[in-house]
Amino acid sequence: MLGTTIILAFRAINRHKLRSFLTTLGIIIGVAAVVTMVTLGNGATAAVREQISSLGANVLQLRPGQGFGRGGGGPRPPAFKPADLTAIENQLTGVRAVAPLVQSSGTAIYEGSNWSTTVYGTTASYFEVQSWKSDTGRLFMPEEEEAGKPVCIIGNTVRTNLFQGSDPVGKRLRIKGVSCQVIGALATRGQGGFGDQDDVVVMPIKFVQRRFTGDRDISQIMIAVDDAYDTSTVQASLEELMRDRRKVKPGAEDNFNVFDTKQISDTLTGTTTILTQIVAAVAAISLLVGGIGIMNIMLVSVTERTREIGIRLAIGAVAREVLMQFLVEAIVLSCLGGLIGLLLALAASVAIAPLMQVPFIFDVRVNVIAFLFSAAIGVVFGYFPARRAAALNPIDALRHE
Amino acid sequence: MAADPIISLRGVTKVYGSGPTAFQALKGIDLDIQQGDFVAVMGPSGSGKSTTMNILGCLDVPSDGEFLFKGRHVETLDRDQRALLRRRYLGFVFQGFNLLSRTTALENVELPLLYRGEDRKARHEAGMAALDKVGLKDWWDHTPAELSGGQQQRVAIARALVTQPAVLLADEPTGNLDSERSLEIMELLRGLNRDVGITVIMVTHEPDMAAYARTLVHFKDGHVERIEEGVSA
Repeated sequence: MLGTTIILAFRAINRHKLRSFLTTLGIIIGVAAVVTMVTLGNGATAAVREQISSLGANVLQLRPGQGFGRGGGGPRPPAFKPADLTAIENQLTGVRAVAPLVQSSGTAIYEGSNWSTTVYGTTASYFEVQSWKSDTGRLFMPEEEEAGKPVCIIGNTVRTNLFQGSDPVGKRLRIKGVSCQVIGALATRGQGGFGDQDDVVVMPIKFVQRRFTGDRDISQIMIAVDDAYDTSTVQASLEELMRDRRKVKPGAEDNFNVFDTKQISDTLTGTTTILTQIVAAVAAISLLVGGIGIMNIMLVSVTERTREIGIRLAIGAVAREVLMQFLVEAIVLSCLGGLIGLLLALAASVAIAPLMQVPFIFDVRVNVIAFLFSAAIGVVFGYFPARRAAALNPIDALRHE
Repeated sequence: MAADPIISLRGVTKVYGSGPTAFQALKGIDLDIQQGDFVAVMGPSGSGKSTTMNILGCLDVPSDGEFLFKGRHVETLDRDQRALLRRRYLGFVFQGFNLLSRTTALENVELPLLYRGEDRKARHEAGMAALDKVGLKDWWDHTPAELSGGQQQRVAIARALVTQPAVLLADEPTGNLDSERSLEIMELLRGLNRDVGITVIMVTHEPDMAAYARTLVHFKDGHVERIEEGVSA
């Protein structure tokens, strides 16, 4: 019975190839649009997540003041001291690595070339916190950190601008008027959320404090949380520790802030996900329009094939069989449209993803849902015309011109 | 007249519409048709013969009265039950052929078997056999547009007899054909009636065609005016 109706449906579609194609065009475009949008959106989300994770996964950044854009008047909140660093290392559980950071900026000069860049004063732990490996050379030795020796590790941007192709390790460059030896060069990180991460010269913190900033202040502490611990728990105990150490009165606001990269990552990926959903919803409207197109053509088809329906009823088709025939026809059409749409979406996504610089991610779930949805459209929009066909009176239908 | 008739109408009326605009197409028909008979239904237009054919074809129901088909009360059956009755026992031939367009002769002939749920092989064999009976075996893959009127009507007859129905209902089967084709069709119908024993009920205006029938039923103003039996051999 169902087999028969499917045969009949394919025969009817085959008899009207052009019309069938035009009927399904709406579904084809709708499915292709939705699936392409969702696929590219997922790629964009993955790209954002990738960029954020380049900032370091599960890293807490501790800074003085009350976060971005606040502070305004009042005394400047005190910077952190080396003792704060020790306290965090010794008293906080769930910490994988801790690194202090002071920043300065200046021009680096090597032979004829000069390059304006950022100078980071930190320890070897910084690279551990950032999961950042050196490409060539080595990181700081403990004695270099302890003594604040004039050594530096350069980012890839500095490397290409000062040394072009040549090996920088062992060379001496001048930065802010002092000479230092390059002991390593870092692997490329690319564009992060906050500009070019490779445009940096990293030196022992004691050297930077002594020669550039002139005090022992630490402007930022970076804490890598152990994977076995929950970032927010560690963050809470960190805040408690710092309130205690910085003598913040109960009820008073923190004079420091903790910045959780995971939180930022979640927020940003959440934003791209919502954007994807909005675009997909707009595309889904075209799918709905496609469904109405199917209903439209099926209604015309029922009117045009009134006599055929009359013949079928006279021959002995029961109402349900006629209903099924038209319903199955609509479903077959919309499923075919769905399939073609999926293939188009695949081709479009593969072609567009590299242009948008996002990875192509084939999501089986999205494709299956889009296909089932197109089938459902066939059922919903095919039912009304099919019922109209089944309800025809055979005598009138046979007389229909 | 000893056997029970295959078809029996008793006091059948048919009223279209209601109230003052109501039109009584049939005003009480009594008619018996024996198994194996060849009946020609004649009468001027509006005399009620088409309405009677619709009722006999189980396409329509009487407003009042009884319609017994093989002893079953058709007037009590619902739409789908009547469809199943048509599928099982009836074959239709129409004035306008009513073949599916863009569909081969064989597919047209196979159509009733599809609804009977017969498999592909059985459909094909029975379809070809039916086409052979009407002399169109070699034309099986032609669509109606590629066939002459007479050939189309023969395909329609093949479609009607492919299920080996008990009764063949033909509504002016030669109405759209020239006299030569018409005679071919009539010969075909007479042959089927004589050789296979199908009961044929045919509406016609033309005495030449009616001459092929054994029983003539004359309609007038919604009544059976008279019945002539044993007209031809």
